[in-house]
Amino acid sequence: MNTAQFAAIAAAVAVLAGCASMFAERSDLTAQAVTMMKTSFKEQGQAKLDRIDQDDVQRTCSQYHGDAAVPRDVAERIEKAEAARISYPADGKYLGDWKSGEKIAQAGVGMQYSDDPAQPSGGNCYACHELTQAEVSYGTIGPSLRNFGKVRGFTPEMQKYAYGKVFNSEAFFACSNMPRFGQKGILTEQQIKDVVALLMDPQSPVNR
Amino acid sequence: MKRTRRTASVLCLLGAFGAAAAIAQQRSAVEEIERYRAALSDGNPAELWEARGEALWKEKRGPKNASLERCDLGLGPGIVKGAYTVLPRYFADTDKVEDLESRLVTCMVSLQGLTPEQAKKDPFGGPGKKVPMDALVAYVASESRGMKMNVAASHPKEREAYELGKTIFFYRGGTHDFGCVTCHGADAKRIRLQDLPNLTATADAQRAYGGWPAYRVSQGEVRSFQWRLNDCFRQQRFPELEFVSPASIALTMYLAKNANGGVFDAPSIKR
Repeated sequence: MNTAQFAAIAAAVAVLAGCASMFAERSDLTAQAVTMMKTSFKEQGQAKLDRIDQDDVQRTCSQYHGDAAVPRDVAERIEKAEAARISYPADGKYLGDWKSGEKIAQAGVGMQYSDDPAQPSGGNCYACHELTQAEVSYGTIGPSLRNFGKVRGFTPEMQKYAYGKVFNSEAFFACSNMPRFGQKGILTEQQIKDVVALLMDPQSPVNR
Repeated sequence: MKRTRRTASVLCLLGAFGAAAAIAQQRSAVEEIERYRAALSDGNPAELWEARGEALWKEKRGPKNASLERCDLGLGPGIVKGAYTVLPRYFADTDKVEDLESRLVTCMVSLQGLTPEQAKKDPFGGPGKKVPMDALVAYVASESRGMKMNVAASHPKEREAYELGKTIFFYRGGTHDFGCVTCHGADAKRIRLQDLPNLTATADAQRAYGGWPAYRVSQGEVRSFQWRLNDCFRQQRFPELEFVSPASIALTMYLAKNANGGVFDAPSIKR
């Protein structure tokens, strides 16, 4: 081995060691933060302390933020694993009632410790998305879904895509801000069908 | 000014695309909100909390029948002017990093002889319930109005609190996978019509942190920063963040330091 080769290897080792210590430091910090959170939160109503425990998606996505984009291989791993977890309706029907879907899109209740767990959760779609023309009070964290079906085509494939996306957004876009409504039991199968109808029914005000 | 110009140009562009009816509807909603905000800034009921807080600060209370006038908020015993701008900070007497609310608890215990449980019992006011903590927070904060945020975050425990607070800010969990970052990690976003500050960006962090505590018109109460964090986590679907808990102080340290250099302008008034 000549000097140049040795220097290159030494540099590579140093970089790797630096990376390793950086990751170790970060995971130490996360462990410390979790310990701190466990003593700083108290269970209240339906929100128990286990909500602080992260699953794989949450743990992985918490590491990437700001300038640190999710590496492609990590994103593909998440998307593949989450896609396998989607359960599509056994009857093969994706479209429910858009009028009910609109109510679900408007409702912001559900899963907060201040909410009644006996009542159905809402989807709160308008908090982040534009949907119908009539509702001007919409958020911009997510993209506009105005004319969703009209733009993409009222096809069965698109219905299925919309169902899957609402059920588990991480299957299509790793570390998306959007909740996994079906995966996490926030919305029922029927509720998701109703939301899909709001997006995909040609009669829905989203498409008119 | 810049914002008005931007809004005007956006409206202009959209108008050119022929969506005039939708624009009129949208614009009237936005104008209504602007008018509402302007009306709010005319007089701030937080002044009532500030006056009550000043009286409470000087009142002899508790088993030791003492006032809080010798309380060291970080700039020396009894110095209130500018205290909010240097908090949270490390205090040698407790060997802890404390924000304003936790420091007030410390002083109620050490100077007035309350138990920690008594001092923390009523952290937030509600309908028909006015609590000393809200008033004291409003008073102390008002004595920093117009001054620049200047959190040191240099002591090892302060640096540790900052790093842990930052980790908690980006920590996603719960039923909805939400973290603070979900709503406060990008520029120029809204939830419904409410503008969301990007708390990782200096200008937004300065404006947002500098606006708390605040009189909330919809609630008829002055809300402290501890309340703000508590209610964010409720909406995040997390369990309840405990008053003056270590995580609440660490997160405050992260956000306060991000606001350094910004002009503190609270108690403010919000919807």
